[in-house]
Amino acid sequence: MRTYFNNIYMALSTILIGMKVTFKHLFEPAVTIQYPDVKPQLPTRERNRLYVNMDDCIGCDQCARACPVNCIKIETVKSLPGEDLGQTSNGKRKALWVTTFDIDIAKCCFCELCVFPCPTDCIYMTDVYEFSEFERNNLVYDFVTLTYSERKEKKDNYEKMMAEKAAQKEAEAKAKEQSIKDKPEEKK
Amino acid sequence: MIYEYFSNLTGSEVLASIISAFLPLFLFILPFALIAVLLERKVSAHMQDRLGPMRVGYHGILQTIADILKLIQKEDIIADQNDKPLFNIAPVLVFAGSYAVFAAIPFSSSYLGSNIDLGLFFIVGISGLVVAGILMAGWASNNKYTLLGAMRSAAQLISYEIPTIMIVVTVLMVTGTLNLKEITELQSGYFWNWLIFGGNIAGIAKYLLIPFMFVGFVIIYISTLAEVNRTPFDIPEAESELVSGYHTEYSGMKFAMFFLAEYANMFAVSAIVVLLFFGGYHSPFGYLGNTLGLSWLVPIEQLFWFTFKGIGFVLVQMWLRWTLPRLRVDQLMAVCWKYLIPIAFVNLLIVGLITLL
Repeated sequence: MRTYFNNIYMALSTILIGMKVTFKHLFEPAVTIQYPDVKPQLPTRERNRLYVNMDDCIGCDQCARACPVNCIKIETVKSLPGEDLGQTSNGKRKALWVTTFDIDIAKCCFCELCVFPCPTDCIYMTDVYEFSEFERNNLVYDFVTLTYSERKEKKDNYEKMMAEKAAQKEAEAKAKEQSIKDKPEEKK
Repeated sequence: MIYEYFSNLTGSEVLASIISAFLPLFLFILPFALIAVLLERKVSAHMQDRLGPMRVGYHGILQTIADILKLIQKEDIIADQNDKPLFNIAPVLVFAGSYAVFAAIPFSSSYLGSNIDLGLFFIVGISGLVVAGILMAGWASNNKYTLLGAMRSAAQLISYEIPTIMIVVTVLMVTGTLNLKEITELQSGYFWNWLIFGGNIAGIAKYLLIPFMFVGFVIIYISTLAEVNRTPFDIPEAESELVSGYHTEYSGMKFAMFFLAEYANMFAVSAIVVLLFFGGYHSPFGYLGNTLGLSWLVPIEQLFWFTFKGIGFVLVQMWLRWTLPRLRVDQLMAVCWKYLIPIAFVNLLIVGLITLL
């Protein structure tokens, strides 16, 4: 009999306590963030999508070598002796044309290892994390600022220069040979 | 009441009965369901420190309208092994059962579907039809979860009807009438004339009645909560156990009918509690229409008070839903048979003795 009334008392009183709790929560501000409109605040050292500031890139290839998953692909060509490529923001002279700078962000593991070796701080993590695509190929980002014709031009220039140099060398070599051939005759 | 008014207005009995039959549906139940569904989602969200629907309209006001548009467009799926006639009748029956209750509920002194002398009895009887509909739905779906849900629902509804009727009889002994309009009129005046405060009786009996009326109110509230399958008594549609109970197999508008019936039932049950214990459509403190001398204002105020009280109890139902966990089947039966029925019975005896005084 005593447990019977005790049960009733316990049931009613605990229900009232529970109702008090839920009533308090009714007026508490919601923890929900209205996501696409309001973005959550990211931690200070968050690692998201990579970005390369090509104005500062000297094409040193250190980031590509640091990458554990080989998602960065860099190709460079030497500039012509007369060309001035300008300087990076921290005063390094640029000497190479970067004709390819592809980051396959689908492969990227967001380890940030490529960021530290960069001598000019031109590759860094941004706070962009919404970059889903329907095609996997669209996730290969091309950071080179040159147009395709310009890239071809630079490559051609370089090849031409090299060819010229080779031709010059050959000519010099030939001339040397000639002179070696000629000399003994003179001595005679 | 409303029927006579329309038959005078249109001069045709058929038209009048059609209008008076559809009026509460379009004027009250559909808007109420729209508001209550949104209210439930918002209240539950805020109780859990969430925001709830926010996208459709300002703070998601139009969410239920969007949901209804979606439900109308949905395919009506009927599985091969369903018992088709029963499967199709069941939602209609469930909705008819809960809708018929509104015929006898006086929304205000001048709006009452049918002023029948056995109003309270009619409500208790007609809501029993819902059990048949639920059993039909569960059996005809040919699915183990629906059948389990329907069985549980039938067991629950039938057992919880006993304490409900006990309290109805208790009130009946005090008022001496089953006519809901007369019961309401007995509670006219100020709020201390409501039956929960002992009714409009002079003398010591009024004060003696108050605690027992309060116990009666608590019991009828708990048992009607169980009758409309709301948490903590929602084992017939326990989401985590039975998918969604007896209406698992329904889709589109048939599901919407079950849903509408559920919300109509919620209000009907609150309305019964309001009618029996909280003065029905009467204002707790006089009418603005009477003081201003505008007699047409009084019924509108009464409608306002009735819906206000009804929605208040619906809100308490929601509040309880987001507070309490679900009972086990044996606990459910224990609450009914070991606690509610004996207490209701003792309460009945004591109230009987007091009214004899």
